[in-house]
Amino acid sequence: AASAPKPLPSSGPKSLREMPHPLATSSSEEMGPALTPSPDLLLPRSIADKDLSLPNGTPVDTSSPASSSSLLNRLQLDDDLDVETRDLFVTVDDPKKHVCTMETYITYRVTTKTTRAEFDLPEYSVRRRYQDFDWLRNKLEESQPTHLIPPLPEKFVVKGVVDRFSEEFVETRRKALDKFLKRITDHPVLSFNEHFSVFLTAKDLNAYKKQGMALLSKMGESVKYVTGGYKLRSRPLEFAAIGDYLDTFSLKLGTIDRIAQRIIKEQLEYLVELREYGPVYSTWGGLEVELSEPLEGVSACIGNCCTALEELSEDMTEDFLPVLREYILYAESMKNVLKKRDQVQAEYEAKLEAIALKKEDRPKVPTDVEKCQDRVECFNADLKADMERWQNNKRQDFRQLLMGMADKNIQYYEK
Amino acid sequence: MEDCLAKKMEITVSEAEKRTGRNAMNIQETYTAYLIETRAVESQSEGQCAPVDSLWRRYSEFELLRNYLSVTYPHIVVPPLPEKRADFVWHKLSADNMDPDFVERRRIGLENFLLRVASHPILCQDKIFYAFLTQEGGWKEMVNETGFQLKADSRLKALNATFRVKNPDKRFTELKHYSDELQSVISHLLRVRARVADRLYGVYKVHGNYGRVFSEWSAIEKEMGDGLQSAGHHMDVYAASIDDILEEEEHYADQLKEYLFYAEALRAVCRKHELMQYDLEMAAQDLTCKKQQCEELATGTVRTFSLKGMTSKLFGQETPEQREAKIKVLEEQIQEGEEQLKSKNLEGRDFVKSAWADIERFKEQKNHDLKEALISYAVMQISMCKKGIQVWTNAKECFSKM
Repeated sequence: AASAPKPLPSSGPKSLREMPHPLATSSSEEMGPALTPSPDLLLPRSIADKDLSLPNGTPVDTSSPASSSSLLNRLQLDDDLDVETRDLFVTVDDPKKHVCTMETYITYRVTTKTTRAEFDLPEYSVRRRYQDFDWLRNKLEESQPTHLIPPLPEKFVVKGVVDRFSEEFVETRRKALDKFLKRITDHPVLSFNEHFSVFLTAKDLNAYKKQGMALLSKMGESVKYVTGGYKLRSRPLEFAAIGDYLDTFSLKLGTIDRIAQRIIKEQLEYLVELREYGPVYSTWGGLEVELSEPLEGVSACIGNCCTALEELSEDMTEDFLPVLREYILYAESMKNVLKKRDQVQAEYEAKLEAIALKKEDRPKVPTDVEKCQDRVECFNADLKADMERWQNNKRQDFRQLLMGMADKNIQYYEK
Repeated sequence: MEDCLAKKMEITVSEAEKRTGRNAMNIQETYTAYLIETRAVESQSEGQCAPVDSLWRRYSEFELLRNYLSVTYPHIVVPPLPEKRADFVWHKLSADNMDPDFVERRRIGLENFLLRVASHPILCQDKIFYAFLTQEGGWKEMVNETGFQLKADSRLKALNATFRVKNPDKRFTELKHYSDELQSVISHLLRVRARVADRLYGVYKVHGNYGRVFSEWSAIEKEMGDGLQSAGHHMDVYAASIDDILEEEEHYADQLKEYLFYAEALRAVCRKHELMQYDLEMAAQDLTCKKQQCEELATGTVRTFSLKGMTSKLFGQETPEQREAKIKVLEEQIQEGEEQLKSKNLEGRDFVKSAWADIERFKEQKNHDLKEALISYAVMQISMCKKGIQVWTNAKECFSKM
């Protein structure tokens, strides 16, 4: 199955208007949270499987992003997946340099182990480069716009003189890419995304990409929430609070980043002086007779301090700083999602107004309005669920991160 | 150790006070006066303390004392005074002589100086020194009356001797070399140490910013809030701890400085030797010259070209009576010269012997002191690291509760 690229799900290229609203019924039945899942829904669904249907018989287009996410979110009983219940493991390792005529680049090995039924094999191992990860992320954003997609490490290195192929840079990137995939894996909705599966399994990703683009151009615009001039009256409190939080959060992280960088800089300057300090004791030792041993000893100790300090600074640069930056990127992308949500709500409100003004009863409009309304609700629900998850994860991450920093410092002093 | 003053008497420089007064040029100035307290040790019996004598002295008086000692005992390595002006400062330390920290460290240095002199087997017996400790009024006059300034060798003379001496004792040459190197290495060390301290200060202080940010961050967090807040507190503690650490290190620096200045004292002894040796060589040369002259006059042969010889050839020779008179004068001079040479030789040998004895004593003292200083420095470093471990372990705990 991995060899033949699968056709894109039908929801992708269709415009939003053509999509049958999954919850649209002739009656104004409240289909929301009162929905009881059918036994079918509890099974992990296969990508090609379109047999799922709601209890009332309405055909459900499971590949519709709005529906699947909201449904699954309601199915999700426990946010924190235990290791035992996990059925998908992904790792990124083994970076290799490839030299071609046109360019030189690095690929990483992506290994997948899974028991999920929708995968043909229990294990996969493919090679991917940064471009591919970027593609995946874009696809996820497109196909799951109501969800928070984890960030990728920066595409371009701002520092200028950093070697793209240096060991430290490649390793830092590898860790970030690994984190990226693991976050997707942990996500109850994203991990079932088709693009994700293809990414993990396809031998030739480029062919799949091309196909996708071909289909796109054939079928017109993909699902995109048009940011067309809709002004939001007011953000609901909870989202406003999230927005404020994110603002302050990225601000604080930015400050911490700067502080950490400053500390590293000061430490390096300290190191420079220490490096001059140690040998002076040695010189003195050469001058003395009885004191030469203790003086040499001091010199050697200072040398040790230098090495330990170097290690500390390196560790901080490699482990601590990237994670901070990552979360700042995360916060940025989250803010974007919030904006999109605002857009959706604005559209909905505008349409509502339009109806009220026109006092017409066009058949499409109610559906339209309902569509919007539902989109908004889905969005909101997804966002909330994701936020909770994100908060938890973030807490864990930072806990680890800061503990790690503390540990490193402790080790330094012990040395 | 012989019966030295330190054993009989407790000496402390216990206080420092700012004073204003008029100096020699009748200009108002501010200076610091130090209180010297002395108490006889032997009269302590059954918990009954002897009365404490005290008097005030200022730094310039200490300088006068030391100058006197250096001139009067040129074969002794005289303990140095603490620095006159703050040197080797890193930016946090003030270079101001009136700064309380500087004054405090100077007070300790002055006390150390007095104790060193008091423990020296020869110096402690000096009357002027004793008077310095016990007699407030009229001490300056007493010192000046000794006329020691006249005994002082001019700098120029000493410099001249250093260049022209032909046969100094090898040991002194080596010692001079050593003290030059020691001076250079210690001052290099102190300079770098000051820079190191500066940088370390920077590192610690920036961590204080963490405290502030964590605090602000914790305000917007729910579950992470408490952990962040307490961790921030620990960062503040960490940042504050550097002040004490560096203050302790200053004491170490002071110990090194003492030996930096001691190197100068060593050099002074070597210079004295060179001077004496040069004097000796000059005297010997002079004597040889005179002897030669005598011989020439007596035998009538002119061995060396001299203006006298030429003029006498041109204008006629002297009368035998004149010659006789000259020879007699010369013979007297030669006798004097020979006696002088003998005594100078003796002086020189005595000097070398006693100087070398004191140098040996000094070497032992130096090795002992510096070893202790290095050990205490290492201890300081270890304690600094322990504190660091403490702080970060606490912080870690806070983080783990997030």
